[in-house]
Amino acid sequence: MTVHPIVAALRRHKAAVLLIVLQIALTLAIVANAIFIIGQRIERMDRPTGADENGLIWILQGWPAAPAGDDAATIEQLDALQRTDLATLRSLPDVQDVAASTSIPLLSGYTTGDITLNADQKGLSVHAAYYYCDQHLRPTLGLQLIAGRDFDASEIRHGRAHADSPVIIVSKPVADALFPNGDALGQTVYQDDGKPSSIVGIVERLQTPRRSESTWAFNSVLEPFRDDESWSGYVVRARPGRVQAAMREVRQALFAVNPMRLMPGPLGGIHAFTEMRARAYRSDRGMALLMSVICVILLSVTAAGIVGLTSFWVGQRTRQIGVRRALGARRIDIRRYFQIENLLIAGGGVVAGALFAFGLNEWLMTHYEMTRLPLRYVGIGVLAMLALGQAAVLVPARRASNVPPVVATRSV
Amino acid sequence: MFGYYLELAVRSLRRSPGLTALMILSIGFGVAASMTTYSVFRGLSGDPIPWKSSRLFMPQIDSWGPGDRFHDEPPDALDYADAMALMRQHRATRQSAIYPIGPSLMPTNTGRNRGPVELDGYAVYSEFFPMLDVPFHYGNGWSVDDDVSQLPVAVISDKLNQQVFGGGNSVGKTIDIDNHDYRIVGVMRDWNLQPRFFDIEGGYYSVDGPDVFLSFRHSVAINMINAGWDGCRKGASDPQGDFVGLQNSDCVWIAYMAELDDVAAVQRYRQYLDDYASEQQKAGRFRWAPNNRLRDVPAFLDHEHIVPSDTKVSLLVAQGLLIVCLVNTVGLLLAKFLRRSGEIAVRRALGASRKAIYAQFLTEAGVIGVGGGVLGLLFTIMGVFSVDQVLPASYAVLARIDPSLLLLTLLLAVTATLVAGVYPTYRASRVQPAWQLKAS
Repeated sequence: MTVHPIVAALRRHKAAVLLIVLQIALTLAIVANAIFIIGQRIERMDRPTGADENGLIWILQGWPAAPAGDDAATIEQLDALQRTDLATLRSLPDVQDVAASTSIPLLSGYTTGDITLNADQKGLSVHAAYYYCDQHLRPTLGLQLIAGRDFDASEIRHGRAHADSPVIIVSKPVADALFPNGDALGQTVYQDDGKPSSIVGIVERLQTPRRSESTWAFNSVLEPFRDDESWSGYVVRARPGRVQAAMREVRQALFAVNPMRLMPGPLGGIHAFTEMRARAYRSDRGMALLMSVICVILLSVTAAGIVGLTSFWVGQRTRQIGVRRALGARRIDIRRYFQIENLLIAGGGVVAGALFAFGLNEWLMTHYEMTRLPLRYVGIGVLAMLALGQAAVLVPARRASNVPPVVATRSV
Repeated sequence: MFGYYLELAVRSLRRSPGLTALMILSIGFGVAASMTTYSVFRGLSGDPIPWKSSRLFMPQIDSWGPGDRFHDEPPDALDYADAMALMRQHRATRQSAIYPIGPSLMPTNTGRNRGPVELDGYAVYSEFFPMLDVPFHYGNGWSVDDDVSQLPVAVISDKLNQQVFGGGNSVGKTIDIDNHDYRIVGVMRDWNLQPRFFDIEGGYYSVDGPDVFLSFRHSVAINMINAGWDGCRKGASDPQGDFVGLQNSDCVWIAYMAELDDVAAVQRYRQYLDDYASEQQKAGRFRWAPNNRLRDVPAFLDHEHIVPSDTKVSLLVAQGLLIVCLVNTVGLLLAKFLRRSGEIAVRRALGASRKAIYAQFLTEAGVIGVGGGVLGLLFTIMGVFSVDQVLPASYAVLARIDPSLLLLTLLLAVTATLVAGVYPTYRASRVQPAWQLKAS
């Protein structure tokens, strides 16, 4: 079958053809970008923090009755409170390990700084989030130590002003950014106050507490420092399968030791890490869900539109179809006709749609936080639109092929 | 005539129920998606204080210098030295330095709370209350004298009043906050402006309003630490828990609000800020030319990109969906109208004018619009009720259904469908009677 008669016929319905082409183009543009957004969000939600997340519990609490002030006595008192809590937690039957830490991945409360190679802090500098913690944090989180060692108990200092530590453990991205040759272990780097710190360990992966997107999402530094504030954070690893039991024990035990505690929400209190992850990615999940709903509606509306318009054309051409059938065209020829016609229309639509898709992406990039749309999303969208068109045209095309030749002899 | 056209329209739509349903569904979905995302956008982008927002300004002073500017903008907040200088010089009609505090309500023997409770509050100056028209159940804000004498006075929320005193006029009673006794001078009515534009974070959304306001100078004097964010120059070390260190640093952590009543006052204040920065430059504290901003509340919120980009992208994509639905409707209406070329020809031949054809077919489009609108209303209501499934609670509560949203939904559906009907109707009115009649 040649394409020529189909094109000639389409010329007689310019407006309708243009409309359906436009509809397919817009659908493709929106669906390609929406699926791209969905893909990005799912990728973000699925990325591991680097910790062994199942079985982790985060505790953030405050002592409102604790003494205020910056003097040494106050700081010692606060440290004693914190050590008591840590010992209490360690003694619980369902608790496997405990660490003091000012933060945890995805918490959203965090401290950051810049790490440099020189004391004057010029030149190469790497932005990173700091976890002020004791020697138990690395094993409690279950981080993979790929070089060096853990902190020694004797290296853990405590106090209030976060003077930079003489020894630090860094995540691999930090090590690689500072020392591209892979010889970070044992090297000396400088943090914000210009004092030297020696890298004693490197962990494979540790996400920062920051939730929103950043280029330094996995740049983390462990600082061996117990922070003595009127609040404290603890990371607990429950025994396998005992998270809920451990959370109950933790609450009871902490309040038994000292009832004057604050566990304010939503960041404070006792939380299973799995719950924190769900909360941290709630809006990403929501966005993915919304985009999916919009895609489904869009594709349904466009498919239904194709069915509707093709049905109309079939109805309009019943007589001509009858004539063709009477002149010897087979059913399959009639069906092919409508299928090829649809392919031509959809083909025009996807070409325009691909351009629209990149245009829309460009616009989103200049106005909102969006990255460049990869070609494969548009490719998938093009194939999906063509398939959708073929599927939608199937019913009216079959109806057309069922028009009996005798129609040609009847008057309207 | 309208009644007749209506009857014709209904009859025609009934003849092809599938196509009609398709068009109504399409309009309904398109409108509902747009309106649901719009309800979220409207909730988040609303002016928190519409009657006064154009008279409230947030001065920004460049205390960091060119090397640390972000897009050549000064920091969003003030450091302690600048905030205190501006408060001392007192050039606006009203003004207040503001910082967030998170003190604890301590349990008392008579009170209802057994353990300590963290409060969400702000340290402010006395002029904060009249400046923001804070509504009071009982009492009022404190006086300028109370600011100066650094008295332990507190304004509490209605909720906190219920919680501690079981309601009633609690003015004059004392409340134990962080082991200090505060004299209550005012109990607010329910007050929760959204977004919270006077917060250092540049505004955020919260389900509950603030619990407590304490005097700024008193709070600083007793070392009540800043519970909010602080921003430091690159390379400068962040004093963090060290509150005195924070006051001596050039880290920014104080929101500042000034009320300026007319254009001339704004102009004068702008000049004043530049003069202040020049003075600092002369004194050697700033080593760069003045680079200040003075934005009113809407401009400041816009500058802070307060509406999440997800919300805007969602609205945009949903509008795209509506456009596709409309294009779809145009195509279907065109097919539907032109299928009736014969009927149109007969009507024209019998004397109907083009205008009459217009009226008839636009009525038909309007009927579809009303159908789509009703369905859209239904879907919009369902959509708004389910936004809490996909959005954080503090955003979801701001998406509200109200008469104006419902009216807008209906209006959008009918207008959009009428617009979609214009071209098909035009084509219908161009049907040549002689041609058609001859052909059949």
